[in-house]
Order: sequence, then C-alpha cells, then structure tokens
Amino acid sequence: MKKLFLRAALMAVAAGALGAQAKPVVSGAGATLIKNATVLTVTKGTLQHTDVLIQNGKIAQVGQNITAPAGATVIDATGKFLMPGIIDPHTHMMSDATNEGSLSVTSMVRIQDVLNPTNVDIYRALAGGVTTINVLHGSANTIGGQNATVKLKWGDPVESMMFPGAPPGIKFALGENVTRKNQNQIVIPGQPTTRRYPTSRMGQEEVIRDAFTRARDYKATIDDYKARVAKGEKNLVAPRRDLELEPLVEVLEGKRLVHAHSYRSDEMLMLLNVAEEFGFKIQTLQHGLEGYKIASEIAKAGTGLSSFADEWSYKIEAYDAIPYNVSILMRHGVTATINSDSDERIRRLNIDAAKLMRYGGLTEEEALSVITINGAKQLGVSDKVGSIEVGKDADLGLWNSHPLSVYANVDKVFVDGKVYFDRQQDLAQRDQKAKERAELEKADANQAPSNRRGVQPVLPQEER
Amino acid sequence: MRRICIAGSAVALCVAAPARAQLGSFNPPPGPQKTFAITNAHIVPVSGPEIASGTVVISAGKIQAVGASVTVPAGAEVVDAKGLRVYPGMMDAGTSIGLSEIGQGANSTVDVSEVGSFNPNAQAVFAINPHSAHIGVARVVGITHVVSRPTGGILSGQAALVNLAGSTAPQMAVVRNLATVIELPRSGFGGRGFGGFLAAQNAANTQDVNRTRTRQLDSLRTLLKDAEAYGRAMDAYAKDKSLPRPKQDVVLASLVQAVRGKMPVLMIADRANDIKEAVGFAEENKLKPIIVGGRDSWQVTSFLKDHDVPVIITSVMELPSREDDPYDVNYSAPAKLAQGGVRFAITSGDAGSEVRNLPYVAGMASAFGLSKDDALKSVTLWPAQIFGVADKFGTIEPGKVANLVVTDGDMLEAKTNTKYLFIDGRMVPLDTKHTDLNNKFKDRP
Repeated sequence: MKKLFLRAALMAVAAGALGAQAKPVVSGAGATLIKNATVLTVTKGTLQHTDVLIQNGKIAQVGQNITAPAGATVIDATGKFLMPGIIDPHTHMMSDATNEGSLSVTSMVRIQDVLNPTNVDIYRALAGGVTTINVLHGSANTIGGQNATVKLKWGDPVESMMFPGAPPGIKFALGENVTRKNQNQIVIPGQPTTRRYPTSRMGQEEVIRDAFTRARDYKATIDDYKARVAKGEKNLVAPRRDLELEPLVEVLEGKRLVHAHSYRSDEMLMLLNVAEEFGFKIQTLQHGLEGYKIASEIAKAGTGLSSFADEWSYKIEAYDAIPYNVSILMRHGVTATINSDSDERIRRLNIDAAKLMRYGGLTEEEALSVITINGAKQLGVSDKVGSIEVGKDADLGLWNSHPLSVYANVDKVFVDGKVYFDRQQDLAQRDQKAKERAELEKADANQAPSNRRGVQPVLPQEER
Repeated sequence: MRRICIAGSAVALCVAAPARAQLGSFNPPPGPQKTFAITNAHIVPVSGPEIASGTVVISAGKIQAVGASVTVPAGAEVVDAKGLRVYPGMMDAGTSIGLSEIGQGANSTVDVSEVGSFNPNAQAVFAINPHSAHIGVARVVGITHVVSRPTGGILSGQAALVNLAGSTAPQMAVVRNLATVIELPRSGFGGRGFGGFLAAQNAANTQDVNRTRTRQLDSLRTLLKDAEAYGRAMDAYAKDKSLPRPKQDVVLASLVQAVRGKMPVLMIADRANDIKEAVGFAEENKLKPIIVGGRDSWQVTSFLKDHDVPVIITSVMELPSREDDPYDVNYSAPAKLAQGGVRFAITSGDAGSEVRNLPYVAGMASAFGLSKDDALKSVTLWPAQIFGVADKFGTIEPGKVANLVVTDGDMLEAKTNTKYLFIDGRMVPLDTKHTDLNNKFKDRP
C-alpha cells in the first residue's frame, strides 16, 4: 500500500515537472538529413534549397542533393528555414539560487552547483530556438560567482548539459544593483538588515582593486612555491588553498572569462582601466546599456558587449539605454550580442534581433549574428557552435518561416544532432497528457485530506 | 529619408534641441493640421481590401478621401509614398503610459497608483506627462493612441484615451474619462493592490482571507449603490429645486456614469474563475465590464461570448503560469478567442517604456494561429470598437481621425521602419530620446 502511494506521489511530481511537455525523442542514433531548407549559416551566407547532414552529433555535410546514408532520418524542410541554435549569453535559468550577495567578493561560489535540469523553462526556451545559455550569478556584489555554460538538453541529466570544453567564467557587477540603493539592504533571514560595502561606485572600484591585489600576491606565493618544488627543494609547506582568490588568479592568467554586469559608461570605463592595470581582459560587459557612449574604448580593449535589444527606463541607470546600442558597437568593431536575462524573453530572441534591423540598420546576417556566432565568441565556444559549418556541433533550429519575422515559429530543435523539441510531436501528445493529468488529479493521493476515499497516505520517510 | 521638407518638423527639431533639465522632455511637438495627400501608397485600410496603389487625403485632422483614384486637392502637401504602405495607427488599450517614467529607484517619477483601496475619482488624464520619453518611443512604431489607466487598490481610478502627440494633456485627450478600473480582491492570493496579497499575508488562515475579501466586496457594493442613489438624488434635485439639496460628493459623482452602465468598467482578471466572478459582479451591479488581463480567457470563451464581454488581453508574451501548461498556451490564446467568437484586443500590457512592443505581440499571436488580418485588427479596429470609438479610430475611412502610419513594410514586423507618422491630422516628427542619443554618439571616434 505504502509503495502504491509513493508511486502515485512520484507520478504527480513527474507530471508537474515533465509530464505535460513532450518527452525528448532521441533520433540521433543514426544520421539525420535535413533536405531542401533555406540555410542561414550566419558565417557563410544564406543557402537556398540546401541539405544539411548530421552525423555523430556534428554537422557532417552542407550542400545540395546530399544522399542520405542508410538508416538516416530524412526531414523534408521544403519552405522552412534552418539556422544555428540561438545562444543566450545572459540568463539565470535553471539556477535555484542567483545571488550569494552577503559578501562583496564571492568568487568561490559556483552556479554549476545549483542547476535544476527539470526547470520547464528549458523546454520553453528550446521552443524559441535556443540551444546554449550562459547561466550567470546575479549582480548583487562586485565580484560574484562562477557561471555555467549549458546546452539545453531537456530531459538529460544535468552533468550532460554542461557545455563540454567551455572556458570557465565569472560574474562581476557594477552600479545600482551592487550599491543596493534600490533594494535598500541585503536581507538575511533571521538577521537584522544591514548595509553592505560597497554602497557607491567608488567602493566598487576599490573592491576590485583590493581583490586583484590580493590575488596577485596569492599567485606570487603559489608561483614561488611551484618554482621551489621544481628546483627540488625539500620540506616545503604548500600555501593554503584560497577558494576566493583561485578563480581570480585564473582571471589574471587569462584562463577565466569575466562577464561584467554594468550600465553606465563611466563604470564600464573604470572597469576596463582597472583590468588593464592588472593585465587582464574583460571578456564581456553584460547589459552595457550605455556602451554606445564609449564604443571606441570598448573596441580598443577587445571587450565584447551583451545588451538588451530595447529594454530601458526601468531604473535610473537604464534611462539612457537606446535600441541603437548594439548597432553602434558593431559598427565600431565590438563583438556584440543580445541577451534575455529572462526566462520569458529568451523565447523570442529572434524578434529582438530583428529589431536591430530597424534600430541601426543591421543586415539580416548581422542581426542573426547577435543571437548566434557572436554569443559563441563571447563564451569562447565559437569553434563548436554559433554557425552552420561542417564540423561544428549540430545545434540547429528549423523554423517554419524566416526567423527574423514575427510570424515565425519553431518546428524542430536539435542539440548535438538529437531532436529536443518537435512542435508536431508536442501538439500530438497534448490530448494524451491532458488525460494523464486528469487521471492523476483524480488519484486519491492527490486529493485534499478531507476528500480522500482511502486511508490517509503515508508521507515519504527519511529512508527514501 | 524624408522625401519632402516639412516646415513643421524643422521647427520641431529646433525646439527639441536645447538642453533638457528634467526627465522626459524629448517629444518634439507635432506640426499643424494641414491638407496632406499621401500618394502612390499601398493602402491597408483594415475596413476593406488593400489598395495596391492609391491616395489618402487628410485635412482638418480627419481622413477626407481614400482610394485608387482620388484627386489630390489643390494646395495639399504631397507625401509621395511610392513603395510604402499606409496603415491606420495602432491603439494599445492596456497601458499606463505617461503615469510612470522610471519604475525603480525614482519613485518620484511614478504616479500610477493612489493611496487606499477606493479611488474612483483619481483620473489618469491629470497625471499623464505629455513629455514622457516613453510617448515618443511608442508612437514612432505606429502606436498613435492609447488607453492609459491607473492601477492598484480595488477601485483604481479612471482611464483616459489619449493621442500620443501634443504638449498638454487637453491636446492629447480624446476621451478624458474613458473607463473606471476595478480589480476585485481575490480569494487566497492576489489583487495586486491592497485588496488581496497584503490581506493574505497578514491573515492567519484561509478563512481570515475570505472574511477580508467579503468585507472588501461589501464595501465596494456599498459604494456602487451609494453612487447610484447619489445620481438619482442629483437628478431629482435638478428637476425639482424645492427638494433638499444633496451634499456634493466628488467620489460618488465620479462613479455615476459607471453604475448607470454608460461608462465601461475595466475589470482586471486573469484566472478563469476570476474572470467569471468579475463578469458576475459587474452584472449584479449593472456595470458594463471589459476584462483586462484575460490570461485564461481562452478557457471561458463561450461564457464570455454569451455575456458579450470583451477582453483586453495582456498576457500573450507572458510565461505560462502553470508548469504543465503547453509552452504556447499564452501565445495561442488570441487565436482561441477569435475562434470562440469573443471580442478582444491585444495590448502590450506595459506601463510605458515597452508599449512599443505592441505590434510584435500581435505578430506572435499570429505565429500561433491568429490570422494576419485578425492580428492587425486586434491592435487597430477591435480596441476602438470595444471602447466605442470606432467612429473615430481603427480604419482608414473618410471621417475618421487622421491617425496614420506610413511604413516601408508590414507594420507588425520588427524590422519595419516608420517613414511618416500622422496623429490628429498633424505630421509628427520621428525624433525621440533614442534617435537623439543615437545621433549624438553613433559617430563618436
């Protein structure tokens, strides 16, 4: 009896998490041939009536009249558009916690540790053609935690969703979110509310300078120890490992990418200058809504920028944001992208990209690049994703009309050559899922205690 | 590029140039009402079939003539729209534009709600800032007139219908007192104002919440009945001055039109049960309801159709509210309303800065089942019909207000550019806070 109740309860949980969404169909065991699509390669132009062959999770061939290998799944894509999977360089999707905001420097914490692979927003983002996301720590403190680059392999265990070989990164943050002036205080449950240093942009500069001064010392200590070991010195005591400074040493060594939340041009410039002084590079300015005011300086620093398409005016530091930001930056040679920072907006980044054709006159290919190849560059994975080229991962979106049209929707999405979203399948399963849901709702275990027919269900015990 | 030189816009640019001392002073004023002839245009009148190449004549603020073979009046300013399309201006019926400039960290720019639960006499028209930068940014995508409404509490106040051009509220206002806003307290959670969530937070249990809610509903009923009695007393006194003079009351006076069913009531509701309850409450009190929100309205289409209650749907772009909802449940809601014969309009549902997304919201609804024609109607003709102003707005027909947009493509597409904009028969410069900053910085070395 107990077992039965447990199963019903678990089914109810499963119904909530995955049940109503189409289960991923793993069809990539063999090869897949997508025939006769308009292929938006992003890096090699638009190819009409073109076939794309997927083998072993990679793009094996792009061309016309490709013969399907034996056993391959063939998809007729006549009238449809194939584009690279969309890359969102700034989300907080899947993370059960966004901010470790108690300290000014929390470089020791990792988003990777709090990712929830059953978050249904993964599936909703896939349905918007997104295949890779950068899950960032929040912006509550100047130096935040380590980010995670994730492939949206809905239904797979979280370990296999981590983007293989993606360089590690870390979140920095500047401006209003760090000073907490809009929030007033950090709230720690059970503790009296207090202000936290820094509460000004002066303090933010100082926190970075202090942290990297300490990191430089730590690196010197480690380097010295390693040199002595190499020389064969005996009886050495290894320096104490410092989990706060270790990631910052990686930043100094160019092994960890810095993604810095920032809004105002002056704070961005401050960060670029401090970084230059310490000899490291800022990989991306995140939001960077006033980036257009210092486009030349950003280009000179070799720094990328990931912006909203047209979000603005939601706080003081966003009041000078303009939708021409990305276009101006691109004209100055900056690798720029559009991000969502939202589980809602991530589902329509294609429309956000299209807006840049209006605001600043980007070409179709340039507009597509801000949600594909440029994001891949910013995350250090452009050798694997971001365009349709032979040898790259088969992360692809098949759309029913041009993806820069508001009338377009997504038909199928492939990640590493497997179908993780299929609209037709989703539609076909809805009746069955509705029935399953209705049955589960009727199950005794899912009734309010007063409405139950049978004995009271036994709550799951610890030993479970 | 502009193909003609408009004296009005040159003046406007000069006015727009000086330093700005305060938030929101970015909208160049429109030019004078003149006679314009938009020629060689692909006309999308919405009221009938498209005209591949034709002329629209406007003067004195009104559309005078539309057609393939319309004569250009002598002295008219000709706007050659060869290769361009002319649409009726869009109407966003679900905004609070002009009432709030910067939501976070600048409370003094936020005038969207009053204190307390019952503020029927709070009028949006007195707080809409004509110089809000949001207005310029919204209109240049082709949104020419909007409903701006107060929020919060149970009786939030009165919404206004305004043109998005003009330097003063009277210049902008089309209908000053368009509709009264009611958000019924919800059981459990909700009512974004004082009605629901706060009450629920302070409540010890569900019974407590329900008691509070019942009390609030009773207060609302009492107020509505009082207003009705007040109206009758005033009428009686107007006819017979020998009666004792009723004491004037601005709160009750502001509700008289609504309780007589002469002014629509915007009832904020998203869940199916809340929608039904809102309609039930409105009928019980002889109000004329329009549902605003309407997230789950697709579940109650026959109910809405039977009761002939229209919906201003705000949630097309919202994430599904339940984990096991289909991913496109909100995208596809307008198509289901259309199928179910429910009158509706699509809105950005935004307070101000993102009202400009309205065409893309309608486009998304079309990507998920709504026909392109219906998508266009849902942001032009249908909102005008719902508010009883279709004699003035929503199509390109002689006699209607000359709110027109000239574009280089499908007005609902994100990549489309607006080439000319007319509001109230005046040509509106396309400069905004954003074009201004773009011009200042785009070529900075």
